[in-house]
Amino acid sequence: MTNSEVIVTVDNLKMHFPIYRGVIRRKVGAVHAVDGVSFQVKKGETLGLVGESGCGKSTTGRTILQLYKPTAGKVYFKDTDLTSLRSEQMRLMRREMQMIFQDPYASLNPRMTVRDIVGEPLMSFGLASGKQIDERVAELLKLVRLNPDYIGRYPHEFSGGQRQRIGIARALAMNPSFIVCDEPISALDVSIQAQVVNLLEELQAEFGLTYLFIAHDLSMVRHISDRVAVMYLGVIVELTDRNELYRNPLHPYTQALLSAIPIADPVFSAARHRQVLEGDVPSPVNPPSGCRFRTRCPIAGPICAEKQPEWREVGPNHYVACHKV
Amino acid sequence: MVDHLLSVQDLETQFKTPEGIVHAVNGVSFDLSEGETLGVVGESGCGKSVTMLSVLRLVQSPPGKIVAGKALFHGKDLLQLNSEDIRAVRGGQISMVFQDPMTSLNPVMTIGDQLAEPLMLHLNMTRAQANKRSVELLGLVGIPRAEERLKDYPHQYSGGMRQRVMIAMALSCNPQILIADEPTTALDVTIQAQIIELVKRLREELGMAIIWITHDLGVVAGLAQRVIVMYGGFIIEEAEVKELYANPRHPYTLGLLGSLPKIHEESRTKLYSIEGMPPVLYRKPTSCPFAPRCAWAMERCWNENPVLESLNPNHRVACFADTTNGSKHA
Repeated sequence: MTNSEVIVTVDNLKMHFPIYRGVIRRKVGAVHAVDGVSFQVKKGETLGLVGESGCGKSTTGRTILQLYKPTAGKVYFKDTDLTSLRSEQMRLMRREMQMIFQDPYASLNPRMTVRDIVGEPLMSFGLASGKQIDERVAELLKLVRLNPDYIGRYPHEFSGGQRQRIGIARALAMNPSFIVCDEPISALDVSIQAQVVNLLEELQAEFGLTYLFIAHDLSMVRHISDRVAVMYLGVIVELTDRNELYRNPLHPYTQALLSAIPIADPVFSAARHRQVLEGDVPSPVNPPSGCRFRTRCPIAGPICAEKQPEWREVGPNHYVACHKV
Repeated sequence: MVDHLLSVQDLETQFKTPEGIVHAVNGVSFDLSEGETLGVVGESGCGKSVTMLSVLRLVQSPPGKIVAGKALFHGKDLLQLNSEDIRAVRGGQISMVFQDPMTSLNPVMTIGDQLAEPLMLHLNMTRAQANKRSVELLGLVGIPRAEERLKDYPHQYSGGMRQRVMIAMALSCNPQILIADEPTTALDVTIQAQIIELVKRLREELGMAIIWITHDLGVVAGLAQRVIVMYGGFIIEEAEVKELYANPRHPYTLGLLGSLPKIHEESRTKLYSIEGMPPVLYRKPTSCPFAPRCAWAMERCWNENPVLESLNPNHRVACFADTTNGSKHA
């Protein structure tokens, strides 16, 4: 990376969702969705965030954007602490940071036209009105390779890939510098996935965008990211450059994730040894003591149950949290 | 000529919609040998699921209708059986696992009751026999404490475990063919790997033939012996698995393979993408259905729909173009 200016700093972020039970709605516990996550995103880079469903990767993305009020920890955007902002101040900050959602079928209002969906942020911030909105929306549609004549159509008239483009156009409307992409391609067909990923990369090059790219597909994450963070049950277990992670994965969970990727090569597929993880992700209501991965870890020892492993740098820009490394 | 376990010939299925008749399956023919694993690959709407649903006569009618073709299973045409006979085949000799384990199980029946149902129905077991067999089946698909877990309801199982239950249910009557319709698409990669290892193990232990429907060329590479690629309701390429990945011929297959990110790639290269979208066919096409998205399309492709032709005994393709020099692919 030539420019290593930090744009987002996440410091020990926690997001616990309370569980209430009984007639008086007593708090009986909490879902520890994100439990002490720290990392930085540099300007112009794509940071990949991977993990299985329920590991807290989407919650992390949403909490960074203050869509949830974090239980603890800080999020800095450039030099501003987002967690201390009042709602109106935060609203103004949102021009700088946007989100692209997973499900292009559920994330667009079926009763709004493309003009209203893409133009809504412009109206909401009073940046344009009337004809200007039409012009800007048409411009945005062209950017995401959609025909600007579609401006009056409704979401159901578009395919999944086209809807995802509408979602991208909406996110770009405010000229943001940081975009959280929450599994933007997992609901799409294979040939359409490549179209959307190529579009995201072109837009990044054109506007110098910074992405936090959340996904469970490690092969696509490797393709699009500069650095990759691996998450398990609310904590980050490994973080390093894309090539280093795939060449030299250190955490046993990262190794298992990599070995689970199906590879489109029958000769290689037959030859490789697959390390299949047993069981499912434990419940985040009562995460295991010490290292959270120990219940599924092939190399766990007694220390793993007692102490949470430290987050440490084991090589240049290679961070890992594991006792056994 | 080898005897085939299942032989599908010129199958055509259509759906009546307000917009017109959709030609979902347009003359599909393939064979399945005993113990063979066949991968069926294609994107949403290419007709891969409808083909298999037609074979088992599970296409809802109306709006769906099987217009032509045969599906010979042990010499009997499944498409001509009366409804009682086809029910005996379904779930008995040929069984199916569906994509979404969250919605394929009945939420108000215990897992034990759901597993026992086909056993009592197809194999005339008593309740006690069926329970005993259910415990064995859950053990077979790797669910611990099977006896206790029979009393649980589906919501008490995780996604991966529900899919294991679906597989256990499909295997309960010792089928000769297991049809799996995107069984791992809704699951995490780690759980997907567990299910695939499980199916490989069961295939060795039980020796059934498998038809594995998927959009993921990666999954098929590690599992199938032979692969069919479908597009617009046609089979456009069919080959032995190593041959297909080493020597793909149809531009669509090339595009699908090219649009997958390479896991060993060190530098960032642009992904190959197939422009445009899969078609919905309101008329039986008189041109190649892939021509509008094809980089090799020439005049002939617009006037004539290519038929499957053999390149060698292990490889058939439906394309006029010579795609062997990959120049259009850069």
